[in-house]
Amino acid sequence: MKSIVRLVTSSVGKKYLMALSGFILSGFVLGHMCGNLQVFLPPHWINSYAHHLQSMPYGLLWVVRAVMLSAVAIHAATAIVLFKENKAARPEAYRKDATVRASKASRTMIVSGLIILFFIIFHIFHYTVKNMYGLDQLMINDLGHGPLEHPVPNVYAVMYMGFSVWYVALFYIVAVFMLCQHLSHGVASIFQSLGLRNEIWRYRLEKLALAYGWIVFLGFASIPVAVLLDFYLGVPIFDKSTFIEVYEQAKNCAGAIQ
Amino acid sequence: MKLTLKVWRQKNSNSEGKLVAYDLDGISPDSSFLEMLDILNETLIERGEEPVAFDHDCREGICGMCSLVINGIPHGHERQTTVCQLHMRHFKDGQTVTIEPWRSKPLPVIKDLIVDRTALEKIQQAGGFVSISTGGVPDANATPIPKQVADVAMDAAACIGCGACVAACKNASAMLFMSAKVSQLNRLPQGKVEKDRRVLAMVKTHDELGFGNCTNFGECQAVCPKGITLDHIAKLNRDYAVASFKNIFGGVK
Ligand code: HEM
Ligand code: FES
Repeated sequence: MKSIVRLVTSSVGKKYLMALSGFILSGFVLGHMCGNLQVFLPPHWINSYAHHLQSMPYGLLWVVRAVMLSAVAIHAATAIVLFKENKAARPEAYRKDATVRASKASRTMIVSGLIILFFIIFHIFHYTVKNMYGLDQLMINDLGHGPLEHPVPNVYAVMYMGFSVWYVALFYIVAVFMLCQHLSHGVASIFQSLGLRNEIWRYRLEKLALAYGWIVFLGFASIPVAVLLDFYLGVPIFDKSTFIEVYEQAKNCAGAIQ
Repeated sequence: MKLTLKVWRQKNSNSEGKLVAYDLDGISPDSSFLEMLDILNETLIERGEEPVAFDHDCREGICGMCSLVINGIPHGHERQTTVCQLHMRHFKDGQTVTIEPWRSKPLPVIKDLIVDRTALEKIQQAGGFVSISTGGVPDANATPIPKQVADVAMDAAACIGCGACVAACKNASAMLFMSAKVSQLNRLPQGKVEKDRRVLAMVKTHDELGFGNCTNFGECQAVCPKGITLDHIAKLNRDYAVASFKNIFGGVK
């Protein structure tokens, strides 16, 4: 037990914690993005995908949720400890400070990280919790194979209506941009922290991380951008037939404000 | 050359320091940075002022004593160069040059630009050695070492322990210094025997001394006068993982 505590409280051990939790989170983020992109397909795609996730057997959904929540908790808590210790290690700042090579993204991990943390909390309440209790009443009883016995959440509509509020969409875009910055250092950093890179792979992995960050950004940001275009500028991207009343109502309200 | 120097002046480790400006004229572009400081000190002594205290010894780039942060960069902006090997021709006529000491909690300022580097010695003492009984000189090549291994160990052994990595690191971590020692000794057959014990002890000491944690910025490699790379930190990270697991299961004595 003592040796385990020694491992996770050591400077190198904390790097492992950051790297392993960061690895889980980065993988999840890519999968989540692929899932979300189904919103560009006919509504029953994403709705049945969500329904399948919701009805995984053996409580698997809660297993996944528990793993993700602990990854975020470990990652964020370790990040804050690291930040404090690192500040304490240099009590007196350089009067003239310079940076030779460290990227802006790498130097602002705590800032991008905290914004992401704030976003994650908001995001879970915004979609997951609301959905769980069916607060939105955006339900559907057709997943593309005819009527169902019980209606299921219309995730397609929830996504659309969520982003039709422009400041929610904007916050989302800012948050995924922060994620892009975070990943552009983080994904390469994982390999260094675990001792899995060398002078040749370092530069390759740095490019890969940058690409990873931007792919995640473009993938996630494309959805709110498309909703904004559709809702405010009338570009026909989404199929609103499954939630037409809610849509019209929102459209009228938005019109009234304008 | 004409220069404006802003030099960190601090009486002792307990007092507050501040930057003091000095104008200097007639500096040859061929003089080294330390020679330029010698000239500054001569003028200060002539004026009856206290000369600037700074560390130096070999002045040929091998001892690691010279330790100045010049315009925010340890050892100045030239790559793989110690301050003593840095020449004034790399500066512009009329330039303002800010000179500060290494800044980190474990390496406190003793006076002006001199810091106490005992903490680095403590890391070294924790495991930067090989415990073998010495005897007669062994035959050459009695212990075969593959060329690639010897080369990498030699690269690590180039570390002169100056502490520029600590000074440059945004987190004031001594990871590059420590990793050079770990990497050098853990790769060679003579040092491998104590590989796990070494890495555990050195990291423990490093942390206890109050150095920061590495977050993979790469600033240390960029300023290292001897070109030590992050590869050695990766090696340390690997070795530490292995040693910790062995330690958890009782395998490290
Ligand atoms: C979806 C969310 C997140 C993902 C995908 C993610 C990913 C990563 C990755 C891959 C790393 C590199 C780990 C390493 O150095 O080996 C990292 C580092 C870091 N993360 Fe996150 N992270 C996320 C959320 C957060 C949050 C919520 C915080 C804040 C409190 C945070 C703060 C940090 C900090 C400060 C570092 C730098 C630490 C270091 O390099 O040692 N991250 N992150
Ligand atoms: S004085 Fe010896 S390395 Fe500069």
